[in-house]
Amino acid sequence: MGGLVYFSSASGNTARLVGRLGLPACRIPRRAGDPVPAITEPFVLICPTYADGYGRGAVPKQVIRFLNDPATRALLRGVIAGGNRNFGKLFALSGDVISARCNVPLLYRFELAGTGEDTTRIRAGLARFRAEEEDKTCLTQA
Amino acid sequence: MKDTDHTRPVPRAVNWNRLEDEIDLDVWNRLTVNFWLPEKVPLSNDIPGWSQLTPGEQTLTIRVFTGLTLLDTIQNTVGAPALMADAITPHEEAVLSNIAFMEAVHARSYSSVFSTLCQTAEVDEAFRWSAENEHLQAKSRLILDEYDAAASPLRRKVASVFLESFLFYSGFYLPMHWSSRARLTNTADLIRLIIRDEAIHGYYIGYKFQRGMERLPEAGRQEIKDFAFGLLFDLYEIEARYTEQLYDGLGLSEDVKHFLHYNANKALQNLGFEALFPEEACRVNPAIMAALSPNSDENHDFFSGSGSSYVIGKAVATEDDDWDF
Repeated sequence: MGGLVYFSSASGNTARLVGRLGLPACRIPRRAGDPVPAITEPFVLICPTYADGYGRGAVPKQVIRFLNDPATRALLRGVIAGGNRNFGKLFALSGDVISARCNVPLLYRFELAGTGEDTTRIRAGLARFRAEEEDKTCLTQA
Repeated sequence: MKDTDHTRPVPRAVNWNRLEDEIDLDVWNRLTVNFWLPEKVPLSNDIPGWSQLTPGEQTLTIRVFTGLTLLDTIQNTVGAPALMADAITPHEEAVLSNIAFMEAVHARSYSSVFSTLCQTAEVDEAFRWSAENEHLQAKSRLILDEYDAAASPLRRKVASVFLESFLFYSGFYLPMHWSSRARLTNTADLIRLIIRDEAIHGYYIGYKFQRGMERLPEAGRQEIKDFAFGLLFDLYEIEARYTEQLYDGLGLSEDVKHFLHYNANKALQNLGFEALFPEEACRVNPAIMAALSPNSDENHDFFSGSGSSYVIGKAVATEDDDWDF
């Protein structure tokens, strides 16, 4: 399984979390006009949340554009979502939306730039998840 | 027409179709969609629950809310207007005027709680208490001094984010505590609306702070960072005393302090800084976290749960038409 893909807005919270993970990761550009990265291997997406009080607009438009490509979407294996518990039930809603839309598991949720414990759990979780994904691939091929 | 010297230039008319910073429009849209008034919350449903609190618990609740009212009043009348003068874009000034008005709504909403649940005399007594409370006055003074210091727009933003994202939480704890015990649940709904607004205010002012920091040389950035951590330490000292004064009687002070540490770290993250308080000190009582964010129990996540099954998100109604599939 390939790497991580993430989006981070100008506040930089998700980028700071990804930086602390210390894993290779590819960033979806902030500007609408910039080219979207070409994805060729299975990946996990890390995405912040920007919902209004009704849950609308939870997934950044750049991420929607990225996932609208069927070939890219076919390689998505799971989503990790950022948010703020101040938003109550809508905390990290982008993870629920992407999970439901793309039929992939919501792997983890974190607040703002995450804590040290979040990075430890995400690293361990990703390693385990990748191993399981590879087992599945082997079974399919056998 | 007589030619005179003008000290105030005529401002640029704000053109929302020519943005210098798209975040201004994003935040404007979030804030205006989220607009609310206290009248929309059925506070009178809390009247039976209010009468079940002891007189001491009632006094504590009213005092906590007068303290919150003071912070909202400061942000409404001094904080947000001071930030408007520092705005880089005309759209930023417009967003700040929305923030200023919502702070007035927040301040007004505590009085709605009072008029629904309390006697006038006890409310008047609590406002007197807040005007004389040394800790409340001391933290207000620290923040106001930064708002008044003419030289530093970035220091004003630091003070503002600490007010929005840290200082409120010694007060917000109490309605979350009552809510976790099925008391004053409608009042808690109103407080959650305030908590939601404050998150956007802290995010936006913190974002503008980070843009300002980018323009400084390394030495200037370090100076502001040192200032920010110093101010947080000073405010925390006051908050710890204030917390003990309010909550020792209920035996909740240590619980409240965990909530303060957790929120102080989030305030620092809004400014783009790393956390200050260690994670052990930030473990908030799960009942309080559940009152704050009802679906955020950790087992919801695949990584954190037993891992026996994947969690696929339930279909969420979004009206976003950007999705192609």
